[in-house]
Amino acid sequence: MMLSDRHPILLANARIVDPSRDLDIVGDLLIAEGVIREAKKGIGAAGVPEGTDVIDCRGRLIAPGLIDMRAFIGEPGEANRETLASASQAAAAGGVTTIICQPDTSPTIDNPATVDFVLRRARDNAIVHVHPMAAITKGLEGKEMTEIGLLKAAGAVAFTDGAKSVANAQVMRRALTYAGDFDAMIVHHTEDPNLIGDGVMNEGEFAARLGLLGIPKAAETVMLERDIRLVALSGGRYHAASVTCVDSLEILRRAKDAGLNVSASASINHVTLNENDIGPYRTFLKLAPPLRTEDDRKALVQAVGSGLVDVIMSDHNPQDVETKRLPFAEAAPGAIGLETMLTAGLRLVHGGEIELTALLRAMSTRPAELLGLPGGTLKSGAPADVIVVDMDLPWVLDPDELKSKCKNTPFDEARLTGRVVRTIVSGRTVYEYV
Amino acid sequence: MLNENINDGDECLVDRRVTPLPDKPVAPIGLALMTIAPKPSFVLSRRHLLGIEGLSHADISGLLDLAEEFVDLNRQVEKKRASLRGRTQINLFFEVSTRTQASFELAGKRLGADVMNMSTSSSSMRKGETLIDTAITLNAMHPDIIVVRHHASGAVELLARKVDCSVINAGDGSHEHPTQALLDALTIRRNKGHIEGLLVAICGDILHSRVARSNIILLNAMGARVRVVAPSTLLPPGIERFGVEVARDMREGLADADIVMMLRLQRERMNGSYVPSMSEYFHYYGLDEKKLAYAKPGAMVMHPGPMNRGVEIDSIVADGAQSLIREQVEMGVAVRMAVLEALSRNLPNA
Repeated sequence: MMLSDRHPILLANARIVDPSRDLDIVGDLLIAEGVIREAKKGIGAAGVPEGTDVIDCRGRLIAPGLIDMRAFIGEPGEANRETLASASQAAAAGGVTTIICQPDTSPTIDNPATVDFVLRRARDNAIVHVHPMAAITKGLEGKEMTEIGLLKAAGAVAFTDGAKSVANAQVMRRALTYAGDFDAMIVHHTEDPNLIGDGVMNEGEFAARLGLLGIPKAAETVMLERDIRLVALSGGRYHAASVTCVDSLEILRRAKDAGLNVSASASINHVTLNENDIGPYRTFLKLAPPLRTEDDRKALVQAVGSGLVDVIMSDHNPQDVETKRLPFAEAAPGAIGLETMLTAGLRLVHGGEIELTALLRAMSTRPAELLGLPGGTLKSGAPADVIVVDMDLPWVLDPDELKSKCKNTPFDEARLTGRVVRTIVSGRTVYEYV
Repeated sequence: MLNENINDGDECLVDRRVTPLPDKPVAPIGLALMTIAPKPSFVLSRRHLLGIEGLSHADISGLLDLAEEFVDLNRQVEKKRASLRGRTQINLFFEVSTRTQASFELAGKRLGADVMNMSTSSSSMRKGETLIDTAITLNAMHPDIIVVRHHASGAVELLARKVDCSVINAGDGSHEHPTQALLDALTIRRNKGHIEGLLVAICGDILHSRVARSNIILLNAMGARVRVVAPSTLLPPGIERFGVEVARDMREGLADADIVMMLRLQRERMNGSYVPSMSEYFHYYGLDEKKLAYAKPGAMVMHPGPMNRGVEIDSIVADGAQSLIREQVEMGVAVRMAVLEALSRNLPNA
């Protein structure tokens, strides 16, 4: 997608972590013509091709560029919230080299022409790779199936109704069955709209104290359980878009043990925050599905570590002042996350809650495998989508410095440790922190 | 001394002499009473009153003591004080209210403030202006106190963050209604002599009730036993962690109760089916003489109003000898005067 740099690049003296083959070594990584040549100890000492740019990483981390499996971008239709260009700038600053954008746009990404439009806009304006998911149902209305075959051929990497759930079980069953013929993955937001009702945050004591109506965990588990039964019936390939609670993990465990083709994501917010972080009605922490309890958060992190939850995604959802500076119940849900996904995840690594390799696997290797994308690895011949990370750099997040058009970050002014210092896409440096 | 201060409100604030007030309403009295200022010792160390949450036992007692003095004042012919003279109070009501707004208006006027009422029916708040914009606009007019009611929980706190003056929560969504809890406490204290150790049964639509939340917090802080009585669909999940006993049946719920506090069934907030019908609700949870007999003999009946007669309370009980409902309204003005007075002491140049 990007033109590769003329010169080969040697990233020397780095800690190289490649979750696709459980590699964690100190060594060098050579990139040429947009692909990774090799990653091992002593490449630099053995001599590199003439004209190679040698970058001394001084012990910093090298990892595959992140693949963010769920980002809501405002293009087409709501460019005031986010464009493919601004999202890609944010992504590059956060170490995300591939964005998977969601079909909740205006118009909806539910026909091959719109898929083509997004791909062309991305090619012209974005500095990282962009692949769209297309809608499961036309107009995200949950009624009629989209042209799954043609959409996949046009470049849709998976099918989802984005932040909406397909409430009609018959529609879902048919979509799973039909998509199976094309080996297309159905990605589903599992929240029963009727059980959500007027709820705006996790149901329980804290919601009761704030005088806010709650969303029970059952809103998620009822839908997830239904879906799993439908997967068993149809044999399709299924991915739960955002699981949040212990109960869902049990359902997932059973489905995987039964050998169903089921996988799941958790958002970076749900693995790093809990409902108490909402504090005095902080609308930046109003999310869909809602933040749950600390027990749920811990269980999610553990599930990512064990691989039960396959993917951590940003759930990037830009909302501006008009939709967020409102009373909690009236504010739009969603938080931006492309730029902070990795650094927030590193909190878990620094806190000893998860292994670095497991975190990186959930943010790169697993999404690549599930979506059939070539990235997420540092193997020879893979696309040179690579990030360099200073694991220990302390910094404070200043919303004004964020590249995203909207500043609705739950990590507003948070103290963070570790940040991306270089992002390389197809062999070309697209972001450098100096 | 008294005569010197007749026309000088500021002076009488400086010289806060406490003069005992007569017990009964007194016939025509001189302007001299304007000099009777409330206890200067009590300080509520906060700029806003956004909820009962966070108030200490001493804060609550102090406000109630202060309100007692205003109860006496309000029963006199001359009800005017000057402690808020020169101050501007805006009553900003995003939700229709008769008694609370009237109560705050009277309270402010009796303390000498210039009071302005704004409600959704007559303003740009209807034209799509956001809460924040309204707050910023009003703030530019330099009010000293804004009294806010809003249909969304947390809205008053949001507004308070955007203004420089004091903000009083007159009810936000299902969150808090602090002055209601204070007036209920004052009513209870005056009738029972104390709050500590009493068993208060709060009955009805707990889920949607800001009155219930504020009362639970206040009564717990003051050492009362609180029991909530409601069908499970009208109890917020997690209520058992509020330090209350929970009952689903009026016989069990009212047993040994000293105070029976009924709540209004908030039909306007019921998007969805919480109870099958008003008549079934009244049958099981409406307070009539038979159910009131489950409570302790002489138990007092309260209701924050407005009442749905025949839905949650029977008229015979509402208007009966055990009812404190009209007294609650009277205490409302006094308590709001106390809150205004206490907060005004923290205002700049107070």
